[in-house]
Amino acid sequence: MAATALPRTRGHARPSARRPLGIVPTGVLVLGAIYTLFPVSWVVVAATKSKAELFSTSTFAPGTGLLSNLADLFAYRDGVFWLWLLNTVLYAGGGAVLSTAVSTISGYTLAKYSFPGRGLIFNLLIGGILVPSVVLAIPQYLLFSKAGLADTYWSVLLPQILHPYSIYLARIYSQAAIPGSLLEAGRLDGAGEWRLFRQVALPLLTPGMATIFLFQFVAIWNNFLLPFIMLGDDHRFPLTVGLYTLLAAGANQPSLYNLIITGTMLSLIPLIALFLTMQRYWRTDLSGGAVKS
Amino acid sequence: MRSPKKGARAGRAGAVPYLFLAPAMALFALFMALPIGYTIYLSLRRTKVSGLGLGKGARTEVFAGLANYAAAVGDGELWAGWLRVIAYGALVLALMLGLALVFALMLDAAHVRLARLTRISIFLPYAVPGVAATLMWGFLYLPSLSPFGEHPFLSADLVTFSMANVAVWGGTGFNMLVLYTNLRAVPREYYEAARIDGASELGIALRIKIPILVPSIILTTVFSVIATVQVFTEPTTLRPLTNTISSTWSPLMKVYRDAFVTGDLYSAAATSMVIAGISLVLSFGFLRVVKNRAFGES
Repeated sequence: MAATALPRTRGHARPSARRPLGIVPTGVLVLGAIYTLFPVSWVVVAATKSKAELFSTSTFAPGTGLLSNLADLFAYRDGVFWLWLLNTVLYAGGGAVLSTAVSTISGYTLAKYSFPGRGLIFNLLIGGILVPSVVLAIPQYLLFSKAGLADTYWSVLLPQILHPYSIYLARIYSQAAIPGSLLEAGRLDGAGEWRLFRQVALPLLTPGMATIFLFQFVAIWNNFLLPFIMLGDDHRFPLTVGLYTLLAAGANQPSLYNLIITGTMLSLIPLIALFLTMQRYWRTDLSGGAVKS
Repeated sequence: MRSPKKGARAGRAGAVPYLFLAPAMALFALFMALPIGYTIYLSLRRTKVSGLGLGKGARTEVFAGLANYAAAVGDGELWAGWLRVIAYGALVLALMLGLALVFALMLDAAHVRLARLTRISIFLPYAVPGVAATLMWGFLYLPSLSPFGEHPFLSADLVTFSMANVAVWGGTGFNMLVLYTNLRAVPREYYEAARIDGASELGIALRIKIPILVPSIILTTVFSVIATVQVFTEPTTLRPLTNTISSTWSPLMKVYRDAFVTGDLYSAAATSMVIAGISLVLSFGFLRVVKNRAFGES
């Protein structure tokens, strides 16, 4: 079996001596970074501008209106923006926790047990990658309507738990990180299958689970189509749908631009913070997947 | 190797694997199989109006055969949407995957500086929701706010490029990271041997690194094609800022309009099946190649 050895992230022995500067690669990457940071830095600066400054001062000149913009945003429709933020945390956090749990145990089972129908179940679950979200979102809405659950938190939370790619990743981690001999030894000691999963497999899978959690958290946080279709009451909106309605209401009223820009800026902060603090897991996972592929 | 002991163990596990897979299979049945089946069902139905169409019993649902599919395939507006999305998608795929490949190779190059900082920066848009990305760029495109002067970024001629830019901005970093981590898994000795043979850095990139990356490039292409065919968020979010994007700009937007604005669920269902079919056809060719290498069924 391929997965008996513990994989090690293959480190590159970086030579300790200073190498010469590669002007081309460094230059290309710096240009790329400027391109990606440009709109983000613009929205941060623009959020500090007052209504008048937004259209008059030069693009990257900081303004004086940040506090009043924030006050306006939080006053908008009795603070519905806060609610959008809380809802998003709930959808993304709750959905990602459930999704990680389901993906982990499914991937582990598909990797570590042989049983009739394994190939079929794997192909069914993974085949979901190819199903366009539109084929799902509209009938999901209709079915939730029939069950009386459309326009509820459940209607956004439940359809996002099953995530084929996470199951695929969990299967790869399990193959790579859990030596079959360890499970075998546990069985000889009389441990039950659930206990083996909880006490032997889970600790070994933790880094992979963190990555699956992050992927799913970001995917749900960024999702627009599903909540846009499912929800009608703006008290249950996540940020993406909320910001869209803010734009749809304010596109023709430049006086509302500050509100939209400040809202966009605030909506970036939680995810970028998570993203920067969890750097380690973005990398572990992806290289873990890459080594096996 | 299959030993008797292993067979005995699998027997002992009995129902356990099925129990462990039960949550995933239940979710699959409820939120994947059932909706797909329901879409197929709806796509074969239509509303029959009797009399003046007034009153409770006047509208009934009847079997329509393939009429909705015929209408979807014969719908000029849908085909116009496909053409717009194909032009947009070709642009996005070429630019996004091209840039991702270039950045990955540069990160992996021998004498690069600032690699960590630039890598994080280029990956950062992954953490930005499509709606927020479109809003930021959308405002930057507005002549009254744009630092690029009075270019008509959202005019009928340029709007496809402007929208493609949002998608390229948002998607390059993730694809770059996938390719880069694949490169990192390659033993350095490959390159040392090539260098001893007198290969240049460019030669190593072209002759060794790119061939190694082919399976991941195919995989990222498949996912990008699937995502692009379903483009919805960017044009929908940009629409309030310009009158050059119709409510049926992309096929998916048309499905949304048919289902929720026009209220014709049946043709929306047929159209979404057509979209699913086309994205399956588009990605199936790639996937056949990928299946053995990247999905590594062992």
